[in-house]
Amino acid sequence: MNNLDQFEKLSNLQVDALREIGNIGAGNAATALAQMINTRIEMNVPNVSILEFNKVPELIGGADTYVVGIYLTVSGSAPGSIVFLIPVEQACRLVDMLMGQPTGHTDPQTMGEIEYSAMMELGNIISATYLNALAMFTQLTLMPSVPALGMDMAGALLNAILAQFGEVADHVLVLETQFKKGEEEIVGYFFLLPEPGSLNTILKALGVSF
Amino acid sequence: MAKIIQVGMADLKFAKAPDKLMTAGLGSCIGLCVYDPTVKIGALAHIMLPSSLQAKNVQNRAKFADTAILMMLEEIEHQGASKSRLQAKIAGGAQMFKFAGDSDIMRIGERNTQAVIENLEKHRIKIVAQDTGGNFGRTITFDVDTGSLLIRTIGHGERII
Repeated sequence: MNNLDQFEKLSNLQVDALREIGNIGAGNAATALAQMINTRIEMNVPNVSILEFNKVPELIGGADTYVVGIYLTVSGSAPGSIVFLIPVEQACRLVDMLMGQPTGHTDPQTMGEIEYSAMMELGNIISATYLNALAMFTQLTLMPSVPALGMDMAGALLNAILAQFGEVADHVLVLETQFKKGEEEIVGYFFLLPEPGSLNTILKALGVSF
Repeated sequence: MAKIIQVGMADLKFAKAPDKLMTAGLGSCIGLCVYDPTVKIGALAHIMLPSSLQAKNVQNRAKFADTAILMMLEEIEHQGASKSRLQAKIAGGAQMFKFAGDSDIMRIGERNTQAVIENLEKHRIKIVAQDTGGNFGRTITFDVDTGSLLIRTIGHGERII
């Protein structure tokens, strides 16, 4: 059975299980971040959905929306990829939040090495904590690669990632991720693209397989 | 009234002047425009991968360089274009991510470009303009009437080829 069929047949119970893992991962990520930057940034995963890969650009405002993308691959017993996408204005606000700067301090033109590293580190922490939560529940070995960062049109970043998969990842698992600090609220999207068979391996390990 | 016809990822569309063809957010993908300047009929394919030969699922022929070109030629001649008059313009094939290590994903844009050029040569279609490579995305609009291809980028300017 291919990925497409698998994703379309996910039940509510299975989606709930994946969302729960997302929330646990986000909670752990928030704790890890708090230790690093000495400020608490709340993180939540309010929504988990399954989307056709083609619809992903629409979700964040169209194929030529200017976004920041963090991409890493996962190796181990359930290989796949992870992508974190956030519109560039939101990314700048998130960098300000992370670096304790007033909102509006960072803009796309002034994004330099430090701001890129902050984004990369954030992507790293979120991905690693999500994978850890997933590994803990499933007892599977999942290892993230070093992340790569891209800043350009959403469609351009996504098709570069999808090209690596070719025909397999027609559907992706989307975890909408909220970041909150005081009044400020930022939303980014976290995408999980399992390789063929990986999703079933994960669901089986969770005890909610087909 | 001229329409702008949207072409999605791994998609292929045809148009007659005065309509235009557009595809947004080309990264490592290639936007291939083929047209007959005499009858003003054109096609735009958003090609994702170099070859259908390594793929297990080849249902979507517009996804691969080899099959997309075949599909284009069959249909465009059917619509009244002449194969001998066809010209091509290509854009895209960028490298969007920087990885520390060496990875195949780094070369996919380059491999796509190469495959499109080879397949066009195979069918004896002349490439009259090309804007490929780099590390940035492109949104392209092809004017079937004039044959001009408008390329827009973020931070890397705008040009017409």
